[in-house]
Amino acid sequence: MIEKPINNRAWLLVLPVLAFVLFSALLPMMTVVNYSLQDSMGANNFFWNGDAWFRDVLNPSTDIGARFFDALGRNLSFSFAALLIEVPLGIAIALCLPRGGWAVGPCLVLIALPMLIPWNVVGTIWQIFARADIGLFGAAVNGLGIPYNDTQNPVSAWITIVIIDVWHWTPLVILLSYAGLRAIPDAFYQAARIDAASRWAVFVNIELPKLQKVLVIAVLLRFMQTFMIYTEPFVVTGGGPGSATTFLSIDLVKIALGQVDLGNAAAMSLIYNLITITLCWIFYTIMTQLDRRRDA
Amino acid sequence: MRRGVMPRVMLIAYLAMLMLPIYWLINLSLRPNEDIMSRMALWPHHPTLEKYFFILNDPTWVHAFGVSLTYVLINTVISVTVALPAAYAFNRFSFIGDKHLFFWLLTNLMAPAAVYAMPFFNLYYAVGLFDTVWAVALAHCLFNVPLAVWILEGFIGGVPREIDESAAIDGYSFSRFFIRIFLPLIANGIGVTAFFCFMFSWVEQLLATTLTATNALPFAAVMTRSYSVSGMDWTLLAAAGVLTMIPGAIVIWFVRNHIAKGFALGRV
Repeated sequence: MIEKPINNRAWLLVLPVLAFVLFSALLPMMTVVNYSLQDSMGANNFFWNGDAWFRDVLNPSTDIGARFFDALGRNLSFSFAALLIEVPLGIAIALCLPRGGWAVGPCLVLIALPMLIPWNVVGTIWQIFARADIGLFGAAVNGLGIPYNDTQNPVSAWITIVIIDVWHWTPLVILLSYAGLRAIPDAFYQAARIDAASRWAVFVNIELPKLQKVLVIAVLLRFMQTFMIYTEPFVVTGGGPGSATTFLSIDLVKIALGQVDLGNAAAMSLIYNLITITLCWIFYTIMTQLDRRRDA
Repeated sequence: MRRGVMPRVMLIAYLAMLMLPIYWLINLSLRPNEDIMSRMALWPHHPTLEKYFFILNDPTWVHAFGVSLTYVLINTVISVTVALPAAYAFNRFSFIGDKHLFFWLLTNLMAPAAVYAMPFFNLYYAVGLFDTVWAVALAHCLFNVPLAVWILEGFIGGVPREIDESAAIDGYSFSRFFIRIFLPLIANGIGVTAFFCFMFSWVEQLLATTLTATNALPFAAVMTRSYSVSGMDWTLLAAAGVLTMIPGAIVIWFVRNHIAKGFALGRV
């Protein structure tokens, strides 16, 4: 790979982006940082509270700490489950899509539709769709003899949220993978045919490596979104039954707006944000390193 | 590659599963409320378009639909415009702090909107943009601008550097080269990026609802408001839901060729 020329004037090209992003990023972030370091006696009287909120949140034996670690565990397992289903399923469906012809356009439009439905409409659909008495999904699952009730049974509630996410966002993985597959020149496939390579060999040696860049975006975006999940559980299960689907975002909003416990909420959200960033950094580094090693 | 019947069967099965909830939404939008709450019906027995007409004739709903489209379009234009030069800089040059800056931009995609909703309200209230389409358009830049930089950087990486160099030798100034020669080369990428910006701005509602009150109430907020007025009007919500899918469907129809052409985001 050719080294990029060093040119610090390139900063000028980046400045507009910085201006737009900083405008929305900096002040809200600093507000949260402020709250996390202060305590209030009400009536806008704030005083310095050091790292006390942070120590509480990170200590599992306190009330707030226990809540935090429970919710964090739920977030991690949810993201893991969603990615584990969505990425392989997305690649598989992308491989099944026609390579050309009249059917491509309609197929792509149908596949993209769920992504373009606003979050609360998604919730509205599934609220009814999943009901055992008047919803198709709930009735069908119960009809198969599987007891299912997403508002009373924690397992059902959990599975519902995962299914909603898979339904809603696998299309993102499909579209990106499909675009990546279409960019592979035919010569690669011809060479594979001459070598009489098996379908699996073609996938592992040609298709998967070429998909890497688009998959970095797909995996990272999906991880971020699943890790920040808020609306689906908020609308469909309300975080329940009990606290089965109380993910971090839901709990944070409850603490900040429900209990007006701003210090704890702010400390918790900063730790939460830091965990997200760290995990994304790990994903990002691993995936871009793999890319570089392949080039070398 | 020769392909058997299996892929087609899998694809059709997947599409059927995908369309079921959407069919259910359309089904709900055509049935009266009493019918929805009293039984499960696979198709509407007495279909009625009443709620669609209600929405289309109610100025509040129509206005809200226009508001949503306006801030989404403003946001898409801003995001793509400012992201283009930045993506070019990240792809073509090394500069002090470039890698850190790039990752910092990405971290803005990781801030849960639910957490920052209140500080956002304070900020936009303070600068006097509260309850305007600009507030929502600017707030959505927080995640759409980094996303646009990220995607465009990949597309720009697919354009050989020799093109930049030969344009410079031919005496093109940077701005003329960028607009006349470079932009047409990545038209595909601009289309795809605009689609992603449109999509994420269109579906985002937490910030959109927090930053508006009456003048710039987005479509989704009118929907949420109709939750509480008289119990749940499921038919109305479903009809509104069906309508929210239409702009997106139109946009994806225009972008489908860019996706079908393929992109690998970088050297192939």
